[in-house]
Amino acid sequence: MPRQFTLPDLGEGLTEAEIVAVLVHEGEVVREDAPLLEVETDKAQVEIPSPIGGRVEKIHVTPGQTVKVGAVLVTFADGATASAPSRAAAATPTAGVAPAAARSSRVAEAPTAPRASAPAGRPAPAAPAREAAPAGAGPVPATPATRRLARELGVDLRTVRGTGPGGRVLDTDVQAAAGAPAGAAPGGPAAASAPAPTAAARPPRPATREAAPPGPAKPLATIGLEPPPLPRFEQWGAVERVPLSHLRRTIAERMTLSATLIPHVTHFDRADITDLDAIITRNLERARERGVTLTLTAFLLRAAALALRAHPHFNASLDPAAGEMILKRYCHLGVAVATPRGLIVPVLRDVDAKPVLEIGRELGALAQRVREGRATLEDLRGGTFTITNIGALGGTGAIPIINYPEVAILGVSRARPQAVVRQGQIVPRLLLPLTLTFDHRVADGADGARFASEIVSLLEAPERLVGDL
Amino acid sequence: MVMGELVDEVDVAVVGGGPGGYSAAFRCAELGLETVVIDADGRLGGACLFEGCIPSKALLHVAAVVSEAERAREWGVDFGEPRISLDQLRKWKQERVVGKLARGLASVAKGKGVTVIGGRAVFEDSTTLRIEGESLQKVRFKHAIVATGSAPAPLPGIELRSDRVMDSTAALELPEIPERLLVIGGGYIGLELGTVYATLGSRVTLVEMTEGLLPGVDRDLVQPLQRRVEKLFAAVHLGTKVTALREAGGHVEATLEGQGAETFDRVLVAVGRRARSRGLGLEATGARLTERGAFVQIDERCRTHDPHLYAVGDVTGEPMLAHRAMRQGKVAAAALAGQPAAFDNVAVPAVVFTDPEIAWCGLSEAQAKSQGMETKVAKFQWAASGRAATIGRADGLTKLVADAASGRVVGVGIVGPGAGELIAEATLAVETAALVEDLAATIHAHPTLSESLMEAAESLLA
Repeated sequence: MPRQFTLPDLGEGLTEAEIVAVLVHEGEVVREDAPLLEVETDKAQVEIPSPIGGRVEKIHVTPGQTVKVGAVLVTFADGATASAPSRAAAATPTAGVAPAAARSSRVAEAPTAPRASAPAGRPAPAAPAREAAPAGAGPVPATPATRRLARELGVDLRTVRGTGPGGRVLDTDVQAAAGAPAGAAPGGPAAASAPAPTAAARPPRPATREAAPPGPAKPLATIGLEPPPLPRFEQWGAVERVPLSHLRRTIAERMTLSATLIPHVTHFDRADITDLDAIITRNLERARERGVTLTLTAFLLRAAALALRAHPHFNASLDPAAGEMILKRYCHLGVAVATPRGLIVPVLRDVDAKPVLEIGRELGALAQRVREGRATLEDLRGGTFTITNIGALGGTGAIPIINYPEVAILGVSRARPQAVVRQGQIVPRLLLPLTLTFDHRVADGADGARFASEIVSLLEAPERLVGDL
Repeated sequence: MVMGELVDEVDVAVVGGGPGGYSAAFRCAELGLETVVIDADGRLGGACLFEGCIPSKALLHVAAVVSEAERAREWGVDFGEPRISLDQLRKWKQERVVGKLARGLASVAKGKGVTVIGGRAVFEDSTTLRIEGESLQKVRFKHAIVATGSAPAPLPGIELRSDRVMDSTAALELPEIPERLLVIGGGYIGLELGTVYATLGSRVTLVEMTEGLLPGVDRDLVQPLQRRVEKLFAAVHLGTKVTALREAGGHVEATLEGQGAETFDRVLVAVGRRARSRGLGLEATGARLTERGAFVQIDERCRTHDPHLYAVGDVTGEPMLAHRAMRQGKVAAAALAGQPAAFDNVAVPAVVFTDPEIAWCGLSEAQAKSQGMETKVAKFQWAASGRAATIGRADGLTKLVADAASGRVVGVGIVGPGAGELIAEATLAVETAALVEDLAATIHAHPTLSESLMEAAESLLA
């Protein structure tokens, strides 16, 4: 009896995903948990693992296509060849969906340790010791020399189909998977139908990995306001039409939603971070020895987390239908990260409970995952407040837009030494421009001013932030 | 506090000079890293060379010669009763075998520019070691490799401190040939040393807590050994616990559960080994230990949870085998030098150097089945081997386990003389994902015991 595998529920608010790559081909026998598809949601690019072991009878999707939750992705023939006692195989397809979704983030996360084949003079921070391989997932058949080649080329052998006798993965298979001289695909029709540089060529995935051509253009979701029709620009000169990438479209939709729905107020302030800056400079080396790159952002996160404790209205969401404010008893802070694909906001958990070094450590790891396109869904959702630090890029100030459904966002611009009057004297101090944008429905200007000045005073009294240095 | 405290700055500090430690250190040096080894005894070789693999194999070789000479009577050659000079035997083992190899390692270290420091190493933090040796000294390092190995585990619940109660280290010193020896533990150490003492003249009684010798090993392989051991030893008690040991009048009285008390001249406790992970100051670093066994947790690049620390060998867990440690040592060295190395080995061969020897690699039949693999299994009895007949040993068996779907060789087990050497080909087959057909179609010299692998493979193709 064939089994259909549908797009699992990817979590809150996510109703669709774009297929980035299909990692199997029709007729292939896959193991339970083997990567099946790579999809991109508005939050992350994730691998969807196979819920069961069995033969792939039909693939219903193609790269570039956007599919809704519940849409059929793959049909499995009866898993006769996969005799592995698979828990999921016994479940109905629908029942298999939820655990698959849960697994998807794990699968996307697990290979980070081996993937960190980057210059290992500095091993990835806090590389987890390897967990026992899941039962039934035996070693990939390949000689040690081929395995070494795979590591060198950054190919995850588990995603490569072996064309050698008995399914052995050959050097040529690894090279093809790495997208090396694409030349003669040794896998014949099978290898050809699977896009060559699939998930296989992962680890050194350059940050510039532009997601596969975004496919046909699709209209943005509307929010009730129809924009008036555009003029014909061609009448004034030549134009080019470029479809939006999935991520770009998502950003566009969400910003429209936020800017249209939320009455934004922005409050300006400046923090004197001369002392904090000195502390960071003094401790850079010591933190580095502990595997942490100390940045101002880590301190901003700590300060915001402490300030949010005293101002819970900014760690909230508004439920207009219920007429209620939802105060969150947890403090998960988003940090805007610019990637070549667009803006992504990974989330650090329970920031209020963590010392600054730990925040710095997690932030470093998280930002790296995001830049390498390896962030998981879990990395990207559940935020309660966002910080966007554009200081590295200059500017004297910026007014950020709230990351819906949050109610406030802190913008940070470049700190500059400025002449400040202290006790009648002009002294040079390092001033950091801050802009707090918040939802006027949940707080008033005075609230915003008090919250911002709490952050400022924390930054100006850095001993309150650095219990652990 | 200490005036003139020495602080050395190095790229790599290796803690422990055993096979894992010196393999790592040599490879680090070859990669151009300044490397020191800190060893409690100030020498390279570790438990393997000084109190394990090497001395035990030297003595087992002697045992094999003695029993071979005895069997030669059947073939019409009588050497008479062996006269054993313990002093000379000890001297040969200590100087000509262990000493020679130790000098060899020391000169390799010198040639590669690896410094060996004697002393107890304690981590002060993730980049500093305090060395408590002849003088107090500190080493600051970029990376450290923890290779402190393992030590014989004591018998739980029994505390008798006596020269007559030996661990494997003491037994290998060969203090005497006791008339009656009790061996506690039917694992490979108890069986190997029991064989040595029994062949040299002791009446050996072996006690094993579980229901079989070599727990966890394929019963098909254990059976021929068990038959032989039951002949060689005075008694083998399975499923039996030692509940008390008492020294009395130059003897040791042992209480065997359900068997009553028995008197022995010496006792060998061989109930396993445990990781040497305590007292190293690891708690001052980010490295983490497992709850069970207190092993240092590592990933496949041999990295601990502390970015500065790697760990290899017995201290990282089972199987506690020198050759696994050596491979890990090389992986750790390459990994910290920035190479994409990983301990991704599929097959770690294991050898029990008894008579007959038992060796295996990859998956056993039972393991393959428990993974849900559909297997094909071949058992080749050595009774059908020409070579086995010429050496008078038809009690061997070669067992091949293959994945039915792909035809790959996934595991091999061998029992018989020379199994430890024969397993090498099998390990290569499993590691390189060879097919049964590859083994069957490879020419094996005739008449040799290695043909048994080819024969087993052929029988699967039929």
